[in-house]
Amino acid sequence: MEINELKEVATQVRRDIVRMVHKVQSGHPGGSLGCTDFITALYFKIMERKPGFDMDGIGEDIFFLSNGHISPVYYSVLARSGYFPVSELATFRHINSRLQGHPATHEHLPGVRIASGSLGQGMSVACGAAMAKKLNKDNHIVYSLHGDGELQEGQNWEAIMFAAHHKLDNLIATVDYNGQQIDGPTVAVMNLGSLKEKFEAFGWHVIEMDGNRMEEVIRVMADAKAATGKGKPICVLMTTVMGKGVKFMEGTHEWHGIAPSDKQLEEALNLLPTTTLGDY
Amino acid sequence: MLNDIVILNEKETRGGFGDGILEAGRRNPNVVALTADLGGSLKLNGFIKEFPDRFIQCGIAEANMIGVGAGLTIGGKIPYTTTFANFSTSRVYDQIRQSVAYSGKNVKICASHAGLTLGEDGATHQVLEDIGMMKMLPGMTVIVPCDYNQTKAATIAIADYEGPVYLRFGRPKWPNFTPEHQTFEIGKAQVLAYGSDVTIFACGHMVWLAVEAAKALAEKGISVELINIHTIKPLDEAAVIASIKKTGCIVTAEEHQINGGLGDSIANVAARECPVPHEYVAVMDTFGESGTPKQLLDKYGLTKENIITAAEKAVSRKK
Repeated sequence: MEINELKEVATQVRRDIVRMVHKVQSGHPGGSLGCTDFITALYFKIMERKPGFDMDGIGEDIFFLSNGHISPVYYSVLARSGYFPVSELATFRHINSRLQGHPATHEHLPGVRIASGSLGQGMSVACGAAMAKKLNKDNHIVYSLHGDGELQEGQNWEAIMFAAHHKLDNLIATVDYNGQQIDGPTVAVMNLGSLKEKFEAFGWHVIEMDGNRMEEVIRVMADAKAATGKGKPICVLMTTVMGKGVKFMEGTHEWHGIAPSDKQLEEALNLLPTTTLGDY
Repeated sequence: MLNDIVILNEKETRGGFGDGILEAGRRNPNVVALTADLGGSLKLNGFIKEFPDRFIQCGIAEANMIGVGAGLTIGGKIPYTTTFANFSTSRVYDQIRQSVAYSGKNVKICASHAGLTLGEDGATHQVLEDIGMMKMLPGMTVIVPCDYNQTKAATIAIADYEGPVYLRFGRPKWPNFTPEHQTFEIGKAQVLAYGSDVTIFACGHMVWLAVEAAKALAEKGISVELINIHTIKPLDEAAVIASIKKTGCIVTAEEHQINGGLGDSIANVAARECPVPHEYVAVMDTFGESGTPKQLLDKYGLTKENIITAAEKAVSRKK
């Protein structure tokens, strides 16, 4: 898929996000909008995926979302890439839905391989899946996404140490480096220091990118893929703007977990014109 | 039947686990073993020697080990995570809850050194709440085998069962009395003796003490039905109900807190189906301490004599 097509998909995904969160008046639009370009690129361009869905994911690249609260972007991209009907996005966070507030396997939603939401667990799961691929001699990649604030959970650093020790060079873990968390900027809540130096000190190969420029996402993720198989796990420190694409939501933790009003939804959709895919 | 039950030898239940996982590894190439720096204590040496590529050392990082286990199932592996019971449960409860139980992952959480019989290390390591924590998780199977042979059989059997399992065993040498070659049926109560006056339900190390108690009670003229509940969850409710309808009173014996353990599970069934007098042999809402296993079982009321007294009391309450 070409860059301009990817950008159009990303715009449609952003429309889905604000509409889903607006409809149920609940959910997390900020981080979802910030990670839209990355997750769109992953599913529409970067990952090698088999048609359909099976839990084991043998013979294909697989992805884990550790910061499960950005489920709106995950669900939208999964639906738009064919895992389930886009009409189902309307059920997000409603009773009897497969689209739980945080991603889950319990309702058997195709595309989701692990529950996430309680933070800090996805890195360990991604390590286990990467190790299973090695045991299976399956030469595909495990991708994962983590919040920057999420790295305050100590379990991550257990997993980061584990991945380097076991040379999981088929793992590409991306950090959404938006500098925001619920109670405020990460520097004020709990300063993460230099994530680049921390990952490197743990023995990872670290790459930085702007996660809101589609051209750069495609180029840098290709570099990350080229860096696999060289004995080190790979970390992509992805700078993003929380709320990206909806001007009044951009760059503030205020939109971490609140829904737009009717008027704000209209404003947001006016900022996200799309002509191709169509709303669900 | 009761008098046919004799001690074959004395062996650690954790040794049954070590020998069982080696056999499971031979039967199924997807079985992998993880540990958090306690591979020796969990008797993994044989497995590590025979299957070095299927052994994953996680270091002293139990939370990560549980998550890695969950991830390994995605790709068809059957991970057995191994550490002490305390670090297998309370330390990693949310990891088990979200990444294993809620996610429905085929992880076998194998926990040694459970209960007071861990001994001298003291209360920091003597988890007495683990059965309760694990049985509360939807979809979790909870298995507490009674001796070496049964632990080995259970360790092999869980590889063929699809779903999360908590397997609890212990540290000390203990009477080994169930058959060497046995088929372990998950969820099936094991009747060790038929009787008519009282049913004793026991699990783990307490089953042998219940055998001794039942023999002593027989000499006193009390007929004991003795049932080994090696699977706390799913509980064999039909077997429990049938027995208590026959005997009309209950003793439960476990190396666990009175709250949340085997006794709770039996009482739950009895309250719904057939309420009868029930006496508990368990740790009475307190922490343990350092001491030899025998000293600790004596001090905290988990002995053959405690079971005898409980049975007599339960029988007397019927009248």
